[in-house]
Amino acid sequence: MAGKPKLHYTRGRGKMESIRWLLAAAGVEFEEEFIEKKEDLEKLRNDGSLLFQQVPMVEIDGMKMVQTRAILCYIAGKYNLYGKDLKERAWIDMYVEGTTDLMGMIMALPFQAADVKEKNIALITERATTRYFPVYEKALKDHGQDYLVGNKLSWADIHLLEAILMTEELKSDILSAFPLLQVSDHLISAWNVTHTFHCPALKAR
Amino acid sequence: MSGKPRLTYINGRGRMESIRWLLAAAGVEFEEVFLQTREQLLKLGQDGSLLFHQLPLVEIDGMKLVQCRAILSYIAGKYNLYGKDLKERALIDMYVEGISDLMQLILMFPFSPPEAKEKKIATIAEKATERYFPVFEKVLKQHGQDFLVGNRFSWADVQLMEAILAVEEKVPSVLSGFPQLQAFKTKMSNMPTIKKFLQPGSPRKPPPDENYVATVMKIFKLD
Repeated sequence: MAGKPKLHYTRGRGKMESIRWLLAAAGVEFEEEFIEKKEDLEKLRNDGSLLFQQVPMVEIDGMKMVQTRAILCYIAGKYNLYGKDLKERAWIDMYVEGTTDLMGMIMALPFQAADVKEKNIALITERATTRYFPVYEKALKDHGQDYLVGNKLSWADIHLLEAILMTEELKSDILSAFPLLQVSDHLISAWNVTHTFHCPALKAR
Repeated sequence: MSGKPRLTYINGRGRMESIRWLLAAAGVEFEEVFLQTREQLLKLGQDGSLLFHQLPLVEIDGMKLVQCRAILSYIAGKYNLYGKDLKERALIDMYVEGISDLMQLILMFPFSPPEAKEKKIATIAEKATERYFPVFEKVLKQHGQDFLVGNRFSWADVQLMEAILAVEEKVPSVLSGFPQLQAFKTKMSNMPTIKKFLQPGSPRKPPPDENYVATVMKIFKLD
């Protein structure tokens, strides 16, 4: 199937957003079919389109892919954003798992009661500045290159950029102690501006 | 460094067990370090050994790998358990991710309060028999092969085998509606590396008990 990838999800970020980011960063145009009512989801389930009855689901290269990580790994592999060998892939995987944990905490916020939410925002800020961002800052500092792995743009950089922007929405000065992450933020944004900012899915939040 | 991978965790299944399974299935011998105090964990963090100050940690090929999925992906790739191309890898990834979701319920089970346990077992049984096992039953039936992907042993088979046994510990009759999975289980049990792993004295860890829960709470300070 030579068509564009087709994304099935609700009209919001959720678990599909990282996929939108990665496709956009790879310069891949895609279509979206939004699930707006319960019947839409039921139809997909009854069609047999959802392997485990869940979304996200992405139709790509003749497959109906489910499971966020599986989809991201496939896109990264296909568009050469997954390193040049097993060891680089391992580093990319580790970095992505870190940003996944951080973004997972942020994605859970809208579903929490006000007092729990407040406590978790403080925890997220702490984790971001003491557990996660120091790792990426150090990686960039140690090798002095523009990208996290292998001196080349990879899934890890895109995912980190997404995590940085998401965390900045919570606390705008979160990068104040991380000069290299600030540079990387702008560098990748600039590189990507044609794709990212012209991608309607990312604009429509 | 002896050359064997070295696993650092607590003396129990937790998030390291899938890694033990995969290494064992690949026929790879490994060493284990078991943490007993929180101080040992903090020290590892201070040493710079833990990228995100978390376990599991696997030292392999000169790297200190953390994050389960990163570790499992590396092992699968290294020992040719990850399919022959991107599309097979995609299938393996989808299957493994689905099974992981089921295993997550089992992972969290020991930490649920006693009054919630019966309900949790019912949820595990329901998810296994209605969402996950039917998928793999169908896959095996449709292609009639011994293995889930590409007619070749892969990470997906190991993960499914681990999940079947883990669910059976909670729901002994869970495979009663799944003849293909029963046959799969038998075949996997007879594979030499897995057979060895299933024998007493192997690195396989026993089901979590109160001692395990207490150790986890103490060392990882979960609240």
